[in-house]
Amino acid sequence: MAAPAMARNKWSVDEPPNSLEDISGYNNFYEFGWGKEDPAAYAGALTTDPWSVEIGGLVDKPGKYDLADVLKGQSIEERIYRFRCVEAWSMVVPWHGFELAGLLARVGVQPSAKYVAFETLLRPEEMPGQKDGSFPWPYVEGLRLDEAMHPLTILATGLYDQPMPKQNGAPLRLVVPWKYGFKSIKSIVKITLTNKQPPTTWNILQSNEYGFYANVNPQVDHPRWSQATERPIGGGLFAGRKDTLLFNGYGDDVASLYAGQDLAVDY
Amino acid sequence: MEQINSYLRRLPTWVVYLGGAIPAALLLYGAFFGGLGPDPVKGLERPLGEWGLRFLIASLAVTPLLRVGLRLLKFRRALGLLGFFYILAHFMVWIGLDMGLLWTQIAQDLVKRPYIIVGFAGFLMLLPLAITSNDGVIRRMGGRAWRRLHKLAYPAILAGAVHFLMIGKVYTTEALIYLGLVGVLLVVRLIPQRKRQLQTA
Repeated sequence: MAAPAMARNKWSVDEPPNSLEDISGYNNFYEFGWGKEDPAAYAGALTTDPWSVEIGGLVDKPGKYDLADVLKGQSIEERIYRFRCVEAWSMVVPWHGFELAGLLARVGVQPSAKYVAFETLLRPEEMPGQKDGSFPWPYVEGLRLDEAMHPLTILATGLYDQPMPKQNGAPLRLVVPWKYGFKSIKSIVKITLTNKQPPTTWNILQSNEYGFYANVNPQVDHPRWSQATERPIGGGLFAGRKDTLLFNGYGDDVASLYAGQDLAVDY
Repeated sequence: MEQINSYLRRLPTWVVYLGGAIPAALLLYGAFFGGLGPDPVKGLERPLGEWGLRFLIASLAVTPLLRVGLRLLKFRRALGLLGFFYILAHFMVWIGLDMGLLWTQIAQDLVKRPYIIVGFAGFLMLLPLAITSNDGVIRRMGGRAWRRLHKLAYPAILAGAVHFLMIGKVYTTEALIYLGLVGVLLVVRLIPQRKRQLQTA
């Protein structure tokens, strides 16, 4: 899927990425369990081929698109992005993917559309975590249309030089690098353009802790912990902490999206 | 049961200390030679806290088990002290490795974050208990005062279990089990010991 020897993309950060082991062995994907090692342990049985994505709502060409059709005409690029989890740990990930804007242009966004809603696969027989009834499956997320159209926002299909590991959200996941990781919804089966703000899973569960925007912001603490600093994963026992950057360091590119908004209110 | 008790009578307490040190030894080995995964800090911090809670819960079980005839009293101090040292190590890992000695943030967390406040309060309550867990102090304090002080173990261990429950993004089954165990072990203490009272009256 990935073209060999890609030139460094202008959106990529100049920081050494985490190892494939770190990225694919330590993450949250509650569909496979609550532990950081559970996704790697239990995602193997997930069927990712065939795969289709239902694109609907306020679009000109709604329909159920086969994965190959979703990818048609989109150029897959490497994007080395910072990844900041709301739990205050971080990584650097060399994603492969294409801009969501490209897909949205293809299906034709109608003028009345203001938001994009996403939904993860619901398949409890292959996603054992979904048997836990305390969680409102399937996982849903959403972006404002301008956030979705931003060139930093990608649909990722792989990382390093391989297809997306199942535990990281194969075959197709969102990556929004200036927002906390939970916004970057995995294993997407449904994309819907809407004119009102869609519900998002963590906001449904704990609205005082997880907002719709979830922009990385060192000044707005999670009620239970500070977001001022983060622990970089992969540095071993004595890696310590580093300062968290506003918009995860992507402020020059995205701060204008939120001009006039109070980020402490729209957290 | 008597056979178990006579076997337990012959078991020296250092065996409990030694056995209790095994998880710490394994964690230390993992910390320095790998095996704690991509995030060795959490790989150290979390199990230290969990082992601390396990030993403290075990110490809390000694008295209720006495009621059903199992005599573990001579191991209670060992279990309590093991629990304390694991919690101490858990706290040190949090300060040194997790928070990376960022003192301002540590100080803010200690007064601002409910789960940290609860955990820290539990740790503070354990301190006088650990300090007074030796024969000399018990003699000097007198049994009655010592026993009264050591009632602090109840809120301390309860705080530990609540702290564990509050940490995650969701309430985990594991944390709920620990809290349930602590609840049961505290509640059984409220049941009047009618039989024993009759016998001793």
